[in-house]
Amino acid sequence: MPYTAELKKLIKIVEKTRPARVERKKRGEEFPPMSLKEREEILKYHPDFKEDGRSEIKLGPNKGYRIANEMVSLLHAPSRVDPDRVDLSSADYETDVLVIGGGGAGSAAALLARENGVKVIIATKLRMGDANTMMAEGGIQAATKSEKDSPYYHYLDAMGGGHFKNDPDLVETLVTEAPKIIAWLEKLGAMFSKFEDGRLRTMHGGGTSRKRMHYAGDITGAEIMRTVRDEVKNHSTDIKILEFSPAVELILNDKGVCAGALLYNLETEEYLVVKAKAVVLATGGSGRLHIQNFMTTNHYGATGDGLIMGYHAGVPLSFLHTVQYHPTGAVFPEQAEGLLITEKFRGAGANVLNVDGEQFVYEREPRDVEASAFIRECLERGKGVPTPTGKFGVWLDSPMIDILNGEGTVRREFPGKWILFKRYGIDITKEPMLVFPTLHYQNGGLKIDKETKTNIPGLFAGGEVSGGVHGENRLMGNSLLDVMVFGRIAGKNAAIYAKNKFKDGKLTLDHVKKYNKELKKVDIDTDSRVAPMLLPDYSNPDVRKKQLTTRYVGTIR
Amino acid sequence: MSNDVETKKSKKQDNLVPIYIMGKRYDVPSSLTIQKAMEYAGYQLVRGCGCRGGICGACGTVYRFPNSYRIEVGLACQTVVEPDMYIAQLPFFPGNKAEYDIEKLEPTGATIAKYYPEIYKCVGCGTCTRSCPMDIDVMDYISRAIRGDIEGTAKLSFDCVMCGLCAARCPAEEVQYNIAILARRLYGRHIAKRASHVQKAVEYVEQGRFKKGIEQLKKMSVEELKEIYNARETEPHMGPEEWTPADKNNVIIE
Repeated sequence: MPYTAELKKLIKIVEKTRPARVERKKRGEEFPPMSLKEREEILKYHPDFKEDGRSEIKLGPNKGYRIANEMVSLLHAPSRVDPDRVDLSSADYETDVLVIGGGGAGSAAALLARENGVKVIIATKLRMGDANTMMAEGGIQAATKSEKDSPYYHYLDAMGGGHFKNDPDLVETLVTEAPKIIAWLEKLGAMFSKFEDGRLRTMHGGGTSRKRMHYAGDITGAEIMRTVRDEVKNHSTDIKILEFSPAVELILNDKGVCAGALLYNLETEEYLVVKAKAVVLATGGSGRLHIQNFMTTNHYGATGDGLIMGYHAGVPLSFLHTVQYHPTGAVFPEQAEGLLITEKFRGAGANVLNVDGEQFVYEREPRDVEASAFIRECLERGKGVPTPTGKFGVWLDSPMIDILNGEGTVRREFPGKWILFKRYGIDITKEPMLVFPTLHYQNGGLKIDKETKTNIPGLFAGGEVSGGVHGENRLMGNSLLDVMVFGRIAGKNAAIYAKNKFKDGKLTLDHVKKYNKELKKVDIDTDSRVAPMLLPDYSNPDVRKKQLTTRYVGTIR
Repeated sequence: MSNDVETKKSKKQDNLVPIYIMGKRYDVPSSLTIQKAMEYAGYQLVRGCGCRGGICGACGTVYRFPNSYRIEVGLACQTVVEPDMYIAQLPFFPGNKAEYDIEKLEPTGATIAKYYPEIYKCVGCGTCTRSCPMDIDVMDYISRAIRGDIEGTAKLSFDCVMCGLCAARCPAEEVQYNIAILARRLYGRHIAKRASHVQKAVEYVEQGRFKKGIEQLKKMSVEELKEIYNARETEPHMGPEEWTPADKNNVIIE
């Protein structure tokens, strides 16, 4: 849907202020960045600080921790299946390493596990590659240009972005492994954007001190995901893929180690036992929980399943009190609501503007600061741009990019968004986009060490499901790096553990029975709730009202 | 097609339009995408739904309008409904995927033909191009692959979301999107120039050249770290690629 007449009028204001803003950009005059103190002040507008959006976890390793209501609600839900009805005496599948999750981290784990000499099963909820990795856009950070950058500066940037709360060992691992990841992906054939001589093109992102964001057009995540997925599918004898088969609980054994998982066939509704010597949790994020009713950039299956399964087994959580809202989610047209508009637009020079066509914030603050500034501008200062659906947004002045960098830049560097908006009748080289913060990334998750070990022997975790790498706020380009670095480490370590350390024993779901019992003790209303959620509920209430079947028997269930 | 009773019912409710999901009529708000219209109608999606953002290829959809012979295509999550759309989805199509070791391959047409010999059955009908929801000229990139222009195939197919609509309709039974990804990987691995600075950076890391600097940072208090963080130089936004920092301490210039 092209811009309405009212919005086109407001765009004229943007066009009026543009020449002066372009000149300022060319002179290197930026809107003043915030001091650390000013950053602290603006964060009060961040959704994380809304007290009634959070509640206390009442049981388990993180009892007392206040996190988003939507996450707590799932942690307070009984298991999806009655553990007493599961026959653990014989496994439906048996393997060395079970990887739960078919995204970037899961694929990297499977490849490295196989390289280290074991057989792998990947169990994924939807299709292989249906993950947030596929949707990541802007880039992957790595200090590959040693004459002007190094892991030292990458470390500083990541710590600063994370409010200096990140686990130092995890950050050190992340930034030191980074150049190797770029080399690995280049060797697998990923088509990174390059200069004529083969040098990789890199850009700034929010909170970076050096231009170290490597990218492939504006679909870096898709390019990485397609490449590693293709490589996974080149090893079908060693890596078996079970699609539409999400895991719903981890299985332990009587030696207290992780020994597999219970899968649910989404199509036949059967529960299947997978016996494994090591398990890698790579289930990704939880944007489809729609925290505080925010739209999300995440894929359909991002419902935080790994958090639930890990927590049931006793793995502690960390840094879940902060969730990342991507500052620039599309807010027009309605059909594109919540869609990720990469930070790379701001990295390429586009200004962020209020309804008066004026800047109000430095474009490359870290995401939580940037998002808070947008929220304050719209809600408190009343300078947001109103949309036809009653929402507010701010302008992202994409036409500046061609003016600053040469005609054709937007079409070359952002082909995905160019075609997407073209379908809606908007030419982003001529008209600015309308954006607002959208729920984007789970900063924290299951606690891991730098070897991706959890507190349960044989259970490893990597990628968005884990916590500590990004502290309280992730920098752009560090998630694609996270999934590759820690996915690979998890796969390698799971393989080594499977070959040398695994202790076989009797399979058990006792931890699930204990958890369900504990739920009853702390007096939580558990009716009509189960966890993990698996898929968000977008059903139409009017349709629900007409679903009157009394009892489900036989074929028509 | 629609009788008077049905038309009257549809007109009563504002902004509802009739669409036909696998032949069955549902009246849905006109602003919805096909995907959201299916959910509005009562379908709870398991297959045929992925990123909901136009990049994963899960929701390839074909549709027609009455009194038109044309088969239209689109991604359900991106395509807005129109009155009288006749819709069917393609959540899966069996496609031939070859297995290969990219390291050992030559970036030539012969390689493509070795793994996907059916490429020579292409009759140049252009159905694949007309079936692409991403506006890619699929026939062009296939013909380039046949001619051995791997770079051309790679660059032209870059936006491919691998939805499978092309393969489903191809009379030569090719799986264009698998041919394309082989070409892209061949290009990335064997044709595109290597980034030598990456190899250098990997070597420096393996030599432990940055270890001491980071060890020092790890030992610092938060206050000390903040000071270093605030004092660090930022590469100028519009600066040249050749920029180097004034502080040469933690970089390597050789």
